[in-house]
Amino acid sequence: MTQATVSVSVPTRGSVLGLFQKYGVYIAIVLLLAYNLFFTPNFFAVDNFRTQFVQVVPVLIVALGMALVIGTEGIDLSVGAVMALAAAVIPLYVGYGLVPTLLIAILVGAVIGAVNGSMVAFIGVQPIVATLSVMVAGRGLALLVANEQLKSVTDPGVLSLGRDSVLGVPISVIIAAVLVGGVAILVNRTTFGKQLIAIGGSRRAAELSGLPVKRILLLVYVLCAALAAVAGVIGTARLGASVPSTLGNLIELSAITAVVVGGTPLSGGQVKVLGTLAGALLLQFISATLIKHNVPDAYSQIAQAIIILLAVYIQRGKARVK
Amino acid sequence: MTTTLEPAAGPTTDAQATRERIASLLQSYGAAIVLVILLVLGSIAFPTFATGSNFANVLTQSSFLLIVGAGMTFVILTGGIDLSVGSVFALGGVLAAFGSTYGIVGALLFPLIVCGAIGAVQGLLVAYAGMAPFIVTLAGLLGVRGLVLAATDGGSTTPLISDPAVVNLGQGAVFGIHWPVFIAIVVVVVGSVLLARTRGGQSVLAVGGSESASTLMGLPVARVKFSVYVVSGLCAGLAGALNAAYSSSGVPTVGVGLELNAISAVVIGGTLLVGGRGNLVGTVAGVLLLSVIQNLINQVGSLNSSVQAVVSGAFLAIVVIIQTVLSRTQRL
Repeated sequence: MTQATVSVSVPTRGSVLGLFQKYGVYIAIVLLLAYNLFFTPNFFAVDNFRTQFVQVVPVLIVALGMALVIGTEGIDLSVGAVMALAAAVIPLYVGYGLVPTLLIAILVGAVIGAVNGSMVAFIGVQPIVATLSVMVAGRGLALLVANEQLKSVTDPGVLSLGRDSVLGVPISVIIAAVLVGGVAILVNRTTFGKQLIAIGGSRRAAELSGLPVKRILLLVYVLCAALAAVAGVIGTARLGASVPSTLGNLIELSAITAVVVGGTPLSGGQVKVLGTLAGALLLQFISATLIKHNVPDAYSQIAQAIIILLAVYIQRGKARVK
Repeated sequence: MTTTLEPAAGPTTDAQATRERIASLLQSYGAAIVLVILLVLGSIAFPTFATGSNFANVLTQSSFLLIVGAGMTFVILTGGIDLSVGSVFALGGVLAAFGSTYGIVGALLFPLIVCGAIGAVQGLLVAYAGMAPFIVTLAGLLGVRGLVLAATDGGSTTPLISDPAVVNLGQGAVFGIHWPVFIAIVVVVVGSVLLARTRGGQSVLAVGGSESASTLMGLPVARVKFSVYVVSGLCAGLAGALNAAYSSSGVPTVGVGLELNAISAVVIGGTLLVGGRGNLVGTVAGVLLLSVIQNLINQVGSLNSSVQAVVSGAFLAIVVIIQTVLSRTQRL
């Protein structure tokens, strides 16, 4: 049993296994792309990659917020419901144009995030239960707002988020890239980022050293929900319709998987932003590969499960250090 | 608190001790207390609530979740989590339907063996490969649902149960109470005895309390962690089999989101997600609380499904907030 403790001190850097542990998710992407290069016709086409990137955008944006929450040793199950709520308010405000609609949707998300954050930060409810209750109530609220109806969205401004491109790059992909950069700077270059990682490392130590722990936690949940709201708007723009009953269903699981496969431990204290991007891309490429080879849904799910396990198994040496 | 301790130090600390004792009781029995309050209020508000048949109905609805929740309690007590139970529940049902051609033995043994094996694989990965329980069982959630789909032509076929003995296991009743309720009670009693009175059960609590301390004490930490996932797999499979018997078919789409209900029932029941503290009696109260909330919402017949979702989410939030506030007084 002491093996687990011993393996921590063994230097893994430098060895081949160490490389795998450190860059597991990137190596997995390279292997998968190499496989597709040889065995999947038409995979390496600009159009295909454009489709893949457009499809990964909502999960990626949600995963960015999720990574912040997980960095504080929390979790947010309500992100899918927030996407649905954002979708539900769009038809109500779409007449005012793109920017007001986007702002209202983000505001609604932020309010929901504040509810999550208040429960977690000020009352001390365990994040998984707090956000579970918001997930259930939020989806119901979204359906109430939308009168349980699917509404088509025709505003060209909103639709452009899902359909238009600048210099061949879809706008949604540009937004996602900006958000990845923004969150990376937030985590690595700001006091706020250092503080949220400190909380995840040890909340007690962070409190004792005088950090405004509660305020930071609140803000992290607000940010996560606001990002989910952006994902909700983009998702709605892509569909050309507000579908609060299904938009974002089970996205919390994909987002958490992307974050963890990307090397951010669930035990908090670290946030890997680029890893999260890689994790989301890996999941996207896996499902695309399976679809392109006409693997039935049942086996595709089993294959995804096995690949996720493999990717995390390779990296597990790192997690043990914590 | 310390500022009030000026002249009368003695009485204040006494009062403090009493307060802490009350808070500790409230945390352990918080769910039970809220449950009793709800039962009383519900009986006053709705004439159709406090009837024998309605209570029997609540018990039947609770029994499947309770069996799943019992297994989940073991896992959470070690500081782990099992997200795969919803998919395993569905697999248990489908396999019970397949196995029912060999009678009641086949209908129970077949799902128990396979679901126990799935728990064992997850347990191996968590306990011996050192992987995070959340990820292992998340992959389980995906992969096992894939198995269910593979076994039912992509979910398009629903294997039926025709053996009357198997159907009777789900639908038969004594004193108006269905068999699954009795089986759930047996599971909880056996589980409670295991936890409180055996070496293995005490090890579960110890591992959840502190893994490194347990290792130092020479407890078989890996074996304990491995076994709780087997227990959880067995429980989810059993619950799925009973549910299939109750509905006389193995529906491949059941159990989606069941893991979240089971986890919230366990947490509402006072078991800490970090492990080491909690019990099955709390889980019983947590499961009943969730079922009663749902039943009360149904009593207000006019509510549509989205209002129901808002109410049950808000209710869950209020319950956990009350409980957290109560337990915080004690933690200080």
